[in-house]
Amino acid sequence: MSNLLEINNIVKNYGDFRALNDVSIHIPKGSVYGLLGPNGAGKTSLIRIINQITMADSGSVYLDGEILSPKHTADIGYLPEERGLYKSMKVGEQALYLAQLKGLSKAEAKKRLTYWFEKFDIMAWWNKKIEELSKGMAQKVQFIVTVMHNPKLLIFDEPFSGFDPINAQLIAKEILQLRDEGATIIFSTHRMESVEEMCDEIALIDKSNKILDGKLNDIKREFRTNTFQVGVHTANPKEVEAKLKESFEVFPADFKLLGNELTMNVKLGKNNSANELLSFLSSRGEVQHFVELIPSANDIFIQAINKNM
Amino acid sequence: MSKLKLIIRREFIAKVRNKSFIMMTFLSPLLMVGVGFLVFFLMKKNDEKVKKIVYVDNSTLFSKDDFKDTKTVYYEDFTNLGIEETKKKVENGDYYGALIIPKNDSLEVLANSIEFYSKESPSMSIINSLESKIERKLGNEKLNYFGIDLEKINASKIQSEIKMYDFSGEESSKMKNWIKIMVGAIAGYLLMMFVMIYGTSVMRSVIEEKTSRIIEIIVSSVKPFQLMLGKIIGNGSAGLLQFFIWGILLFVISTALTAFFGIDMAEMQTANLSAEQLEAAKQAADPNKMQLIVQEVLGLPILKMFVLFIFYFLGGFMLYSSLFAAIGAAVDNETDTQQFMLPIMLPLILAVYVGFATVTNDPHGPIAVAFSYIPLTSPIVMLMRVPFGVTWVELTISMLLLVVTFLFMVWLAAKIYRVGILMYGKKPTYKDLYKWLKYKG
Repeated sequence: MSNLLEINNIVKNYGDFRALNDVSIHIPKGSVYGLLGPNGAGKTSLIRIINQITMADSGSVYLDGEILSPKHTADIGYLPEERGLYKSMKVGEQALYLAQLKGLSKAEAKKRLTYWFEKFDIMAWWNKKIEELSKGMAQKVQFIVTVMHNPKLLIFDEPFSGFDPINAQLIAKEILQLRDEGATIIFSTHRMESVEEMCDEIALIDKSNKILDGKLNDIKREFRTNTFQVGVHTANPKEVEAKLKESFEVFPADFKLLGNELTMNVKLGKNNSANELLSFLSSRGEVQHFVELIPSANDIFIQAINKNM
Repeated sequence: MSKLKLIIRREFIAKVRNKSFIMMTFLSPLLMVGVGFLVFFLMKKNDEKVKKIVYVDNSTLFSKDDFKDTKTVYYEDFTNLGIEETKKKVENGDYYGALIIPKNDSLEVLANSIEFYSKESPSMSIINSLESKIERKLGNEKLNYFGIDLEKINASKIQSEIKMYDFSGEESSKMKNWIKIMVGAIAGYLLMMFVMIYGTSVMRSVIEEKTSRIIEIIVSSVKPFQLMLGKIIGNGSAGLLQFFIWGILLFVISTALTAFFGIDMAEMQTANLSAEQLEAAKQAADPNKMQLIVQEVLGLPILKMFVLFIFYFLGGFMLYSSLFAAIGAAVDNETDTQQFMLPIMLPLILAVYVGFATVTNDPHGPIAVAFSYIPLTSPIVMLMRVPFGVTWVELTISMLLLVVTFLFMVWLAAKIYRVGILMYGKKPTYKDLYKWLKYKG
């Protein structure tokens, strides 16, 4: 799979402050790419460079094999974190204007807008002013405005803020569908649960540096600790626990099961395999629960940031 | 359609559709004419009230001939009543005031011992007119005293009017000068009003985009510079449209009112002028003179003036409104604009004052010339000078300077603009603005 976007060695300074320090990111075609990082890490600076709102001091950006240039604004759809629409302009008029700024003809823009407005069942809003809509309603219009010109690259900065859970679900579904139709998506957020749900690959930016990137599953594998959550029915829990401690590292359980089993977290040593642990447990009682503790995106985020301190 | 055209169209439509814009467009001329008429009627009412002034002349120098009645002021001789009786009568009766002229052998002493008693403090124009009557009479007495024949003095008065030519053979006159001053002043004043109204409207439009947070979406599609330019042109065209409609409406309304009420517009304009100015205005309103004015106006280099008017008008507006746009971009809301507005308003107001003070007096004097070169004041001051004939050399220098400054200022404003529109929160200082200038891209 080739890359849609290649960002190479980007450096960006604001006066004496270095916002991006030699950042390189490669985003494969047709993926949902999570751009993660704490507030002020440099995510928005990077996104603004991709959108050609600001220019990098050095480094290069390639979109679909071509060096990024003004004509590419039509290939990118951008939903900024700080977003809004003209309050006193009518919804339809406004969407048409923004579509034409993205290079669509008026007729084509009208056709696309009608499609999306019907899909979201909001045709009735066409002649309303934004100030008459609720925040959630305005966000839907905002989403349509972002995607209506069928861009190759979609950039969503905190797309779910301002949406109730039902609409957030709807938007998430639309984003994944757009990916399935061939769009590449950059997804910037610090809401980790949505990262698990949406992202194929991620990059983590902290203090102006990229500190981690790759496929989400690979990263998880890298961050796994070989720890298992176990639950066993046994007549003699104290003895089982003591025996376990002889060959494994054992920690108190941080989860709950339905029955009154013996529960704990067990970390395998270098020479142990999961099977060894399982057969040990099954020889002592009835194994009710046996799950590898896979690090969540949240865990990875916190661990990586702390390590970078 | 190109992006710039799209932006201009949106800005224009957004401005023109705005309710307050529509209201202002149609209400302002009505208000202007209405207030004018109100003032006129009030002045007329005020004047219609006849004032009775009595005088007690113990010097026996004055006669009724010195106090001729006018439409609004009557004089009565109360000398026979005596001072005390007269004062009493005036205080209790329907009189405006009493002029007491004592007896004194010295004309100089007499001139400074005349008193005026009134119930309310008298209007300055009445006092002035009384003083001039007294001065004329006493002056004549003095001439008599020196044995100079008054008739001869009167006969010796000669009026001279110097005819002025420049070396291209063009004739000029005081009247012509007066017209030139008027034409220049109107042009300069129009430009100042236009910059103030529509420059701030550009600024407000930038702030609106910032506060509604749509700005980042727009600049991901177009260059900030395009957006700024589109705003300036869009708002400027809406302004031109409004000015145009005002012009037509003012003309239509005043013509209609004149026809309906038979009010002479010229009379109305002169309603609040002093007696001497009134005299001059009457001369001007003379039908023959009227024709002369038209002739003189037509005699001005109209085409040259028109072209230069357009150039300086657009140049001045673009220069100032790009600065207004930069201010709008730097702040988050209108209340924060004050500290940045002052340095922009200052040259604008300075230009108008300097224009009125120096150009009217000496259109080619060093100060007038200097200010018609300085780019921030040149649009207004040069527009005022143009009717007096400015050489092409001076025009070229001034225009070149304006264009160069315009390009530099737009570049500067665009830099502040492109950084400022994405900055929220903290109110920037001048130091911040300077830092922004050094950011790349």
